[in-house]
Amino acid sequence: MHEQFDLTKLIFGRLSWEAIPFNEPILIGTFIMVALGGIVVLGLLTKYRLWGYLWKEWFTSIDHKKIGIMYMVLGLIMFLRGFADALMMRTQQAFSFGDSHGFFPPHHYDQVFTAHGVIMIFFVAMPFVTGFMNYVVPLQIGARDVAFPFLNNFSFWMTTFGAILVMASLFVGEFARTGWLAYPPLSGILASPDVGVDYYIWSLQVAGVGTLLSGVNLVVTIVKMRAPGMDLMKMPVFTWTALCTNVLIVMAFPILTVTLAMLGMDRLFDTHFFTNELGGNSMMYVNLIWIWGHPEVYILILPAFGIYSEVVATFCNKRLFGYTSMVYATVVIMVLSYLVWLHHFFTMGSGASVNSFFGITTMIISIPTGAKIFNWLFTMYKGRIRYELPMMWTVAFMITFIIGGMTGVMLAVPPADFVLHNSLFLIAHFHNVIIGGVLFGLFAGINFWWPKMFGFKLDRTWGVYSFWLWTIGFWVAFIPPYILGFMGVTRRMSHFDDPSIHWLFQVSLVGTLMIAGGIGCLLVQIFVSIMNRKALADTTGDPWNARTLEWATSSPPPDYNFAFTPVVHDNDAWADMKKNGYQRPLKDFVPIHMPKNTWAGPVIPAISFVMAFGIIWHMWLLVGVSFIAMIATAIYHTFDYKRDYYIPAEEVIRTEAERTRMLEAHV
Amino acid sequence: MSEINAPTVGAAGNTGADISSRYYVREHHPENGTLLGFWIYLMSDCLIFACLFATYAVLGRNYAGGKTGAELFELPTVALNTTFLLISSITYGFAMLAAQKKNVRGTQLWLLVTGIFGLCFLGLELTEFHALIEEGNGPWRSGFLTAFFSLVGTHGLHVTFGIVWLVTMMFQLGKHGITGANYRRLTCLSMFWHFLDVVWIGVFTFVYLMGVLP
Amino acid sequence: MSDVHTAHGHGHDHGHGHHDDDHLHAHGSFKDYTIGFILSVILTAIPFWLVMTHAVSPGATKALIVAFAAVQFVVHMVYFLHMNSKSEGGWNMMALILTIILLFIVLSGSIWVMFHMNANMMPNMNNDGGAVHGMHDMQ
Repeated sequence: MHEQFDLTKLIFGRLSWEAIPFNEPILIGTFIMVALGGIVVLGLLTKYRLWGYLWKEWFTSIDHKKIGIMYMVLGLIMFLRGFADALMMRTQQAFSFGDSHGFFPPHHYDQVFTAHGVIMIFFVAMPFVTGFMNYVVPLQIGARDVAFPFLNNFSFWMTTFGAILVMASLFVGEFARTGWLAYPPLSGILASPDVGVDYYIWSLQVAGVGTLLSGVNLVVTIVKMRAPGMDLMKMPVFTWTALCTNVLIVMAFPILTVTLAMLGMDRLFDTHFFTNELGGNSMMYVNLIWIWGHPEVYILILPAFGIYSEVVATFCNKRLFGYTSMVYATVVIMVLSYLVWLHHFFTMGSGASVNSFFGITTMIISIPTGAKIFNWLFTMYKGRIRYELPMMWTVAFMITFIIGGMTGVMLAVPPADFVLHNSLFLIAHFHNVIIGGVLFGLFAGINFWWPKMFGFKLDRTWGVYSFWLWTIGFWVAFIPPYILGFMGVTRRMSHFDDPSIHWLFQVSLVGTLMIAGGIGCLLVQIFVSIMNRKALADTTGDPWNARTLEWATSSPPPDYNFAFTPVVHDNDAWADMKKNGYQRPLKDFVPIHMPKNTWAGPVIPAISFVMAFGIIWHMWLLVGVSFIAMIATAIYHTFDYKRDYYIPAEEVIRTEAERTRMLEAHV
Repeated sequence: MSEINAPTVGAAGNTGADISSRYYVREHHPENGTLLGFWIYLMSDCLIFACLFATYAVLGRNYAGGKTGAELFELPTVALNTTFLLISSITYGFAMLAAQKKNVRGTQLWLLVTGIFGLCFLGLELTEFHALIEEGNGPWRSGFLTAFFSLVGTHGLHVTFGIVWLVTMMFQLGKHGITGANYRRLTCLSMFWHFLDVVWIGVFTFVYLMGVLP
Repeated sequence: MSDVHTAHGHGHDHGHGHHDDDHLHAHGSFKDYTIGFILSVILTAIPFWLVMTHAVSPGATKALIVAFAAVQFVVHMVYFLHMNSKSEGGWNMMALILTIILLFIVLSGSIWVMFHMNANMMPNMNNDGGAVHGMHDMQ
């Protein structure tokens, strides 16, 4: 009997039927909806025999364009989950006053705000940013793919399985209740013995590997694979920001990996990195995690800045003002981002000298960003501005982000921060810069590059509805937290007793509902555009009269991107080519060398998902087996030396002829 | 290298083809990025060790009433271990030299010798860990010991991974010989192996030698 | 200069360019490895000897072993890793310099910050009211 009990423990660890939240109606309801929706989707895929197509054309693809799109699909799906969390939080706070306690007991509410933060940063913003860089950079530099196409696919699946792990925590077990950074000792084994923090740690470890490798990939791509003639100072600004972003990724994510590993070891092996007793120091966690955390927010914003630069130049029909200073500003931001981290914990008691140093560096880092804003404004000055959606989002960004940045400079003053730290003012600040900066940039990028990716534009009308609902809704939702924060209201509260501030939370909920409307309009915009794709078709490949090399290809580009690698002579290479009467070559095509698809890209991360799940639930047999399987599969994969093939010249001829036909039909 | 089309010298002056031909090449092979990519990955690995060193710097004197480094570290053993690792570095160098001469057997042999020294290093280190744990000085005893085991242990895990890679390389060399791809892989492993020795300089200096000093 | 690539013409075996990768990545010679090894042995033996024999004061010993470590680091970089400012068009060196800078920031920054925090915030038997109390961050 004793033997059998041990075997069950070895196989199932602490996983049991109690892990499924039968007593939480909201979760059961969600699960039923997800299950039904999932059955419908899987059923349709089976009915139309799409599994083979999905596996061959998408899941195992090493094409940077397909991987970029898959990243963005992941980001969009997770965005809906993260926003659902936001809606629940706003609703709770709008109702939970005095005797009413809203819908969520604190232990559930804590998971909601933790999941909201983790999902939005790691599984929405990062995938979108990575997706854009993946899709656009090789095209902008005139390359055919990234430097390490297999690693690219592998990175995508690591990120995705990290996301799946977070989603699994909804229905099997629970999520962390610690906030998105999971500070110890609250996240230690004594205060959080349940699986929540383990889900947190291991989903981020899995996803983190993907992100780090993707960073290495893009740095090498930009350094090594630029078209002839494209010196560093002739690269498009988006490529420059991508380069700096990926350097930040390579130089910051290892810190997250180590810090989470240390927390994991404290929880699993009773070590004393961050414990309160026997020589641990939980402040060290905060210190290390923010050495990662501050570069992380620049990882999110720099690509957005790059998108704005491309958009402003294109829709003002002008070369970007101050290219050199833009590049220097980006590099300076990249370096300085490592010198400001302590401003996230001024109040933790490091004293006046330390606080002053970091307060000053924080204020200094706002200067290069200001320089960028001026450059965009000077580009707009005397330009013939076309207010297409990307340009509208850019203008909204400028107004929104500047205000958010200024509240950041306020927070950079340590004495002020002592009042405002961890208040709703802080919440308003970072949502201001992330939504105004990153998210608006993503919307601009989506509208800008959608025709390139899919061959038709997005519907303008629904895009405009989405735009106004978002921009107005954002301010309605976030001015109240600024006011409340000033008045001293703390973040992460699920219940309040002061009736005089109730109305502000209600206003904020209204704003959130407007944002929900904005998201709805975005989804409608996508749906309507797909329905209308023939009318919205982009037949030339250059629907915006844009300036960089990705617009020299068809929409969507062929697998090989460029039949002949471009040679670059000036900044804004495509604009330069158009100005000088360039005509695309119509003959003498050659076979093109391309990498093959990869089965190992999805499979190895899938095994790592199983292993992570096993670690979370202490299923040690599963952990051992999956670890060995993962190593063995990886080694087996390295024995595959034949990973490439040639696209025959006839196929290139056919593809290019098809494009010629479309261009001539366009007139 | 890529061939840039020379502009057509036509009697009629600049034609459309002339203008356009400035803007493309018919064949272009980008430089291989594996070595740079691996170097950059190693730099990220450096940061992992930087964090572990920083943690050791912060927690390294938190004995929690337990044993200190001076009481626990046996410098002669560490010196022997350092010697093993250093020798393995030069034997890997000999493997690279053999690979440059296209000598498959020689390369495999020196890889094997390197692996053996690596195993000696690991064996001695595991013995040291075992002894510490047996006496109750495991990583759960104090912040100092946590930091020690994690830093030295992570280095040891990297060495283990390197040895697995060494063995795999021996098989792959046997199968395909010293192709361009295999030479690239050997070069990456070379960077990895020497990098581990560099980290070890930090370990024996800041952990063992400093740990023994008052 | 030994040409490492087998002559397989344009039948690329791993999708790489058909010029010699070695031009981008330096490789060593027997002389390099031997010099590096001997220097490393010396640079290792002396610190061990200094500590084990207590030949000089602890302060001086610490400074010396750090100095020797720094030199041995450079020896490894040059003789084993063939680090120079030309390999990979200078990008290897730049990556190394950036990493060293960040290493320095992480190490010195953490030590500086944690030292101050420990001084101000850790429970102290002797001090009764000097530290800043009660502002623990629970973010």
